[in-house]
Amino acid sequence: MEVAGEVLASESQLHVLAVDDSHVDRKVIEKLLKISSCKVTTVESGARALQFLGLDEEKGSLGFNGLKVNLIMTDYSMPGMTGYELLKRIKRSSTFREIPVVIMSSENILTRIDSCLEEGAEEFLVKPVKLSDVKRVMNDCIRRGETEGNKRRRVDKRKFEDDNHASSSSSSSSSSIPSSPSSPLPSSPSTAATSSPLHSLKRAKLRDHN
Amino acid sequence: MDLVQLQRQFVDYRTSLYHEGFLDEQFTQLQELQDENNPDFVVEVVSLFFEDSERLLNELARALEQQSIDYKRIDAHVHQLKGSSSSIGAQRVQKVCIAFRNYCEEQNVEGCLKCLQQVRHEYSLVKTKLESLFQLEQQILTAGGSIPM
Repeated sequence: MEVAGEVLASESQLHVLAVDDSHVDRKVIEKLLKISSCKVTTVESGARALQFLGLDEEKGSLGFNGLKVNLIMTDYSMPGMTGYELLKRIKRSSTFREIPVVIMSSENILTRIDSCLEEGAEEFLVKPVKLSDVKRVMNDCIRRGETEGNKRRRVDKRKFEDDNHASSSSSSSSSSIPSSPSSPLPSSPSTAATSSPLHSLKRAKLRDHN
Repeated sequence: MDLVQLQRQFVDYRTSLYHEGFLDEQFTQLQELQDENNPDFVVEVVSLFFEDSERLLNELARALEQQSIDYKRIDAHVHQLKGSSSSIGAQRVQKVCIAFRNYCEEQNVEGCLKCLQQVRHEYSLVKTKLESLFQLEQQILTAGGSIPM
């Protein structure tokens, strides 16, 4: 259970860091997350998010609040640092790259979705975000929190399925929700290359939705 | 007016707002998120929307008065307004924002000015209607009743 303990916050509640420059959206996402039994911290910018995580160069680890972050949900279009730039910073950090990042955007642009997934985003949610979107993201996160052994077995199993069933959504963890072009498949940290079966399956599913 | 009449009036009024396109499904989503722990959630979110919108409308008016119009800046403001109206389900405001952004892209000042006028109008309509809706809700609660879902 050590790996599960690492991924989940101390009281076994997921702690989510939500980043959005819109005051309205911060309030809504906070509510969606609290209803889904998460601890929530909301910040208004990528810079603040990095400060909170302790990735900010100036503050060093002084900004770190001490409560481990299990998931980051960020708006894409923000002044200053975009959600995409924030995603890249997090994925390039050895300390924080394992934290799943979900991008939220009001614009359903395929190239945007692709670049976010390529940079390692878990999912891309189209705004306005619904409770069903948040619940799905939570379930994926909890599944990610399983022991390392299970995770490896599941990824291997999926890779096998991908090779054999690339065009169908036959695995029980996938769902087709027309409104938000996001994939429920957990990303394995090593598959950043676009040629991986996981990635091409994600892209195929997105094309189906669009 | 007795409680039952108030409740009926509330339901009819709310239904009309959906039929006339002032509100969409997203507003329903917000209502469903409200519970006893946070009974003012919808009012709070909508109040934030009012604050944001008023600020953005003022910025837009100022930006369109400039000698040299900064369309990127205007587009950024409209994008924000489009986002927050979408988040609370203010559908008519959101629709005008979409047209507004198209005029920005074309750098069409006349189109932008027209849209600003339209969006101000739609905003003021939805604001009045939401305030009336909340007032009806308050009357129901004061009369000891519950808000029909």
